[in-house]
Amino acid sequence: MKLIKLLIIFLILIYQNISYANNNSLLINKITKNLRCLICQGQSVYDSQSDFANSVKILVDKKIQEGNSEEEIYEYLINKYGQWVVYDPEINKKTLFLWLFPVILFVFGGLLIMRKVFIK
Amino acid sequence: MKKNIYYFILILVTLIVFTLLYKAIFKSNSYIPSLAINKKINNFSAYSLFSNKEINIEVLSKEKKITIINIWSSWCLPCRNEHKYLMKLKQHKNIYLIGLNYKDNPSKAREFIDDFGNPFFEILSDPKGIIAIDIGAYGVPETYIIDNELNIIKKFIGELNSNDYDKIVDIANR
Repeated sequence: MKLIKLLIIFLILIYQNISYANNNSLLINKITKNLRCLICQGQSVYDSQSDFANSVKILVDKKIQEGNSEEEIYEYLINKYGQWVVYDPEINKKTLFLWLFPVILFVFGGLLIMRKVFIK
Repeated sequence: MKKNIYYFILILVTLIVFTLLYKAIFKSNSYIPSLAINKKINNFSAYSLFSNKEINIEVLSKEKKITIINIWSSWCLPCRNEHKYLMKLKQHKNIYLIGLNYKDNPSKAREFIDDFGNPFFEILSDPKGIIAIDIGAYGVPETYIIDNELNIIKKFIGELNSNDYDKIVDIANR
């Protein structure tokens, strides 16, 4: 009987911890990992402890609590700071090559391999 | 013959990749604030540093032709340097200065104002730095000139200098 009680308490504790983690922090981590810290070199907002990054973290938390979706938060920050703030560049004329180049390489490499295989 | 074409393509691709990477070395990779596309700041309310009253920026700037928002902090050295220009700006009749105290200790901020003088009509506190982000700032000091509909007319990133001072006076007298 005692054991069962202990077990129940244990489970409740674990469950509470999990639900706390699920609450917001996972989403905050996911979003801030996708945001560039504008005043640090090569760091995401998630990694940085600068004043700017810390404020952005608080802001993202606040926006989530207000019911904004991930996309809305990105859009909001892009609107403030430009495309540079997100790590995932959108496809436009300037970034077309960036997006296409791996595909071209992949196709080219694939063709080479295919040739080798078929010739053999 | 076929082998020659392969070599040719290989060399060509290597050259293209090399030139691309070589050019990329010299391309500046840092954030350029002027590229930010925000045109209007969102309305916000914040507590006053001195009176602890909640104050709304739209109400503050409503009947003014232009309002200048200066983001500052007592721990920020460039803010100390630009303070003399803010004090000079205060003497102009049609310039209305609002301070946004960024991530500061309130008593230190008050001390700063006591030491260097108060150029602001109102100082709003931004203890978490959220309002600064909402305006589109990314550090201190930054200075924004806005009109009565909260449209950004001009912004100055970093310490104001005598050149910026002239520009602000120019815009105010327009």
